[in-house]
Amino acid sequence: MFATCVFLPLVGAIIAGAFAFARPADEHQHHRIDQAAQWVTCGAMLLSALLAIVIFIDVVIGQNPGTTRLFTWFDSGSLEVAWELKFDSLTGVMVLVVTTVSAMIHIYSVGYMHHDPGIPRFMAYLSVFTFFMLMLVTAGNLVQLFFGWEGVGLASYLLIGFWYDRPSANAAAIKAFVVNRVGDFGFALGIFAVYMLFQTVDYDTIFAAAEGKSQATLHVFGTDFHALTVICLLLFVGAMGKSAQIGLHTWLPDAMEGPTPVSALIHAATMVTAGVFMVARLSPLFEYSDTALAVVTVVGATTAFFAATVGCVQNDIKRVIAYSTCSQLGYMFFACGVSAYSAGIFHLTTHAFFKALLFLGAGSVIHAMSNEQDMRRMGGIWRLIPVTYVLMWIGSLAGAGIPPFAGHYSKDIILEAAYAAGTGIAGYAFSLGIMTAFLTAFYSTRLIFMTFHGAPRADAKVMDHVHESPWIMLGPLMPLAAGAVLAGLIAYDAFVGDSAPQFWGDAIFVLPSHPALEHAHHVPLAVQLAPLVMGLAGIVLAYVFYMAKPEWPNELARRFHGLYLFLLNKWYFDELYDRLFVRPAFALGRHLWKTGDGTLIDGLGPDGIATTTLRLARRAAALQSGYLYHYAFAMLIGVVAFVTWYLILRA
Amino acid sequence: MSHFPVLSLLILLPLVGTAFILTIRGDAEAVARNTRSVALWTSLIEFVVSLYLWINFDPATASFQFVERREWMPGLGISYHLGVDGISMMFVLLTTLLTPVCVLASWESITQRVREYMVAFLVMESLMIGMFAALDIVVFYVFFEGVLIPMFLIIGVWGGPRRVYAAFKFFLYTLLGSVLMLLAILAMYFDAGTADMQTLMAHGFPVQMQSWLWLAFFASFAVKVPMWPVHTWLPDAHVEAPTAGSVILAGVLLKFGGYGFLRFSLPMFPDATVAFAPLIFALSIVAVIYTSFVALAQDDMKKLIAYSSVAHMGFVTAGTFSLTVQGIEGAIYQMLSHGIVSAALFLIVGVVYDRMHSREIETYGGLVHRMPVYAFVFMLFMLASVGMPGTSGFVGEFLVLLGTFQVNTWVSMLAATGVILGACYMLYLYRRVIFGKLTKSELADIADLSPREMAVFAPLVVLVVVMGVYPPPFLEVMHTSVANLIDQVTQAKLASMPLSMAGR
Repeated sequence: MFATCVFLPLVGAIIAGAFAFARPADEHQHHRIDQAAQWVTCGAMLLSALLAIVIFIDVVIGQNPGTTRLFTWFDSGSLEVAWELKFDSLTGVMVLVVTTVSAMIHIYSVGYMHHDPGIPRFMAYLSVFTFFMLMLVTAGNLVQLFFGWEGVGLASYLLIGFWYDRPSANAAAIKAFVVNRVGDFGFALGIFAVYMLFQTVDYDTIFAAAEGKSQATLHVFGTDFHALTVICLLLFVGAMGKSAQIGLHTWLPDAMEGPTPVSALIHAATMVTAGVFMVARLSPLFEYSDTALAVVTVVGATTAFFAATVGCVQNDIKRVIAYSTCSQLGYMFFACGVSAYSAGIFHLTTHAFFKALLFLGAGSVIHAMSNEQDMRRMGGIWRLIPVTYVLMWIGSLAGAGIPPFAGHYSKDIILEAAYAAGTGIAGYAFSLGIMTAFLTAFYSTRLIFMTFHGAPRADAKVMDHVHESPWIMLGPLMPLAAGAVLAGLIAYDAFVGDSAPQFWGDAIFVLPSHPALEHAHHVPLAVQLAPLVMGLAGIVLAYVFYMAKPEWPNELARRFHGLYLFLLNKWYFDELYDRLFVRPAFALGRHLWKTGDGTLIDGLGPDGIATTTLRLARRAAALQSGYLYHYAFAMLIGVVAFVTWYLILRA
Repeated sequence: MSHFPVLSLLILLPLVGTAFILTIRGDAEAVARNTRSVALWTSLIEFVVSLYLWINFDPATASFQFVERREWMPGLGISYHLGVDGISMMFVLLTTLLTPVCVLASWESITQRVREYMVAFLVMESLMIGMFAALDIVVFYVFFEGVLIPMFLIIGVWGGPRRVYAAFKFFLYTLLGSVLMLLAILAMYFDAGTADMQTLMAHGFPVQMQSWLWLAFFASFAVKVPMWPVHTWLPDAHVEAPTAGSVILAGVLLKFGGYGFLRFSLPMFPDATVAFAPLIFALSIVAVIYTSFVALAQDDMKKLIAYSSVAHMGFVTAGTFSLTVQGIEGAIYQMLSHGIVSAALFLIVGVVYDRMHSREIETYGGLVHRMPVYAFVFMLFMLASVGMPGTSGFVGEFLVLLGTFQVNTWVSMLAATGVILGACYMLYLYRRVIFGKLTKSELADIADLSPREMAVFAPLVVLVVVMGVYPPPFLEVMHTSVANLIDQVTQAKLASMPLSMAGR
């Protein structure tokens, strides 16, 4: 059953992928092929989601974790890597989230992409993406995790660059792949370090030995380091790349170049959550390194704040949501950083629902607005697309942390845990987290007001066409909306409440000396209320700025022009990287080629020797003039020289 | 020990095919047609025969198998001695796999002097197999050098506009290294009194002498690999060579160097190997990073892939000299994988070159619109080239880096940057050739892969995936031999330890 659940999407992808090569004779046949691809992939995905529910009931609720070993992948010396599917509570939750959200996105895509000429290819990519994510979460060892890890990177590359005619899409796709590769580079080194320390890459063996190695040192990069700290930090670089944490986040907003369902898939269920999952999965390692946990906390909190500030000034509807993802991932990370892993996973789950809802809702808006994405050219459409409007409100309120929506529960517990952890770094995370809660509510409602309210700013032609999306698109949003409303309420007790220890079983490991999550339930009332107050304040401010006094934002932007530009340009990360890495790389390449290979190596080496030989030969040839007296003269000089030398030597 | 002289048969079969080809008479058209068929059938039968090696190979022993020995110059201790172990066996198969691929790939693109062309390929196949199977150092040297001649002709006769420059550069570069190796071989012969490689491995050369011998062999192998800074012949040779020439050059000839290190440098000069490992590490890292950057700046598809070959071979040398099980097995695996992947990439360039007669990246763009199957195949091999897990490229690179990390973390880390850079230049290449709008009018009716071209790629596609998902059949055969090799190095090192201590 495990294998069926994981491999069904792959089978769907292969079949749909084969359809993509078909050469339909006419329009009708074309349509038939498209439909076949849609049926196969959606069917496989739904079946997989159903199996995931069964597995969830069996493995998580029934407390029956298990591992299916498929076959050996490769082995060398003492290294043994197997293809295996490991199911425990953590995996069960992830598989359920991934398959259900992905299934909804598959169905939604049938409607959203119905004009596109490349439907079979698109459906195949979606399914293969899901497959890689499932391989990632069900891995029983670090190398298979890496397989899924790189696999989702590949799938995102394919999907972001799906519209391959667009130069911007191609650029974004390459950027996503390369930035992820930078993270993967750290991840790979982390795996090597794990092998160096444990002589295995198998989770169970590593986790069992972790305590014994908690004081071990590792000689890497010329110095002795605390082994687990080095390992965790290297692995965390991978998590930063995949989960778009500050520094390696630049690919995520650009990933908007893909079709909207792709954004939903990347941001909600797959890919970006992989980093959080990895830290939770490896909690038995991270727990023994306070330094690594501190780094996770700081990076997470900083990202949460940074992305929220940028999100407040963006005008592209998808870009706002993209920065929101970045910011919410920051929350999940600092939850893990204060050892509240289950709170991080809790937020991951609720976020999967409301973020998928927001993206697909935004897709519905874009669909209605004839592919317009700029919120400055929207407005005044809420009566025209009421269902989408309501759904977007649900998603936004869930993200803003307003009860009883799902995001409220998960975000509160994270902030409470950060407060309860009591360390200085956790305090930093808590204060930034509170500020971010304010910003989150602000940009979420700003999005709603700008998109749906106010005077219509689109031209009349677009406004005439505004229409509600078909039910094939709205239908899948309903379960997501249900999740965004209810998931927090339902899952709170199991994920982070009293039944949490029993729910998670052995899947998540927390040292007794890291009791942040337990203490989180006993924080002062002020702390409990703070996120809510901040959220409401953010909503009010957004109302003032974009409904009551719409001229204020422009006025502010004018007055604080520098700050505005700084935020609008996303803290200038892209420009910085372009100057630091991209342009120098090309210049260096050209230089090494022309000067290094051309002038130096070839010039001094083969070509140089060849020309020198030729020149010497010509000189030697010039000596052979053919005149007898030349030769006689040369001989005479020779004799004189020898005689002189002989005489001097004798004397 | 097998009584069926399969290795001799493998060396002889292509020559039989050659004899057939030389007897073909008739008008030019018929000669060309028949020559192609004979060459293809010969190489296919050859491949099937070579499978006998794999099927009957005993992975439990490290000693040489399918051994044949005939006295050649008994007075001098030189004999015709063949055999394969877990290190060389897969290379023989790589050779027999790629030759029919080359023949088929040249089916339509070579129209001049078809007979001579096919003869050159078959003779080269025979020589390459002899090289991998030789167990006598003189026999080895003959085969090793012999390969140069057909390759020189293939580049020089059927190559591009600068073929003569490229052919001479290739020949002189490699010959220069080989001359030094010949001197070293003579020195070894006089020191040990035999040309038998197994005896030489056990001989234990004096430490002082090892350094010189090692350096002489290094000169030859480094050029073949090629290692930085003696790599500049490779881009020129590849660019000028016909497609199939590039395939064999990248697929098999580059492996001579890596194989040579494993067969000679490591077991025969263990002390020097340990002493010079840092040099190799340094050159490997430079190769990986330097050539990756250079590849990024290329405008010529073949040159780009040629430079990427240098970078990939940098992993091989680093892994080999890590002297860890994973490093060496990874290096061998990387060589096999690179043999398939780079061969396929050159074939991919060949496909569009046959249609447009241009290797400039600028010529292309938006090919996916007209050539979806081509785009898919290209994508697969591009991914294998950047080491995507699930393709053959990953396993080798991963093992090499893992092995190297145990020995020297800096080397591993710096080499691993090649994985990032590799993604940069390959994706950038792919984007410029395949993606974008199809705006150029000359590309408007470019045709997708023909059935013949699909037949060329099919075995490579299957292999690259199988080797990525289920490598044990390939790794299994090398385990014992590699373990034995590492034993040889470490034991010899231990044995000579007091001596070298006393020497100081």
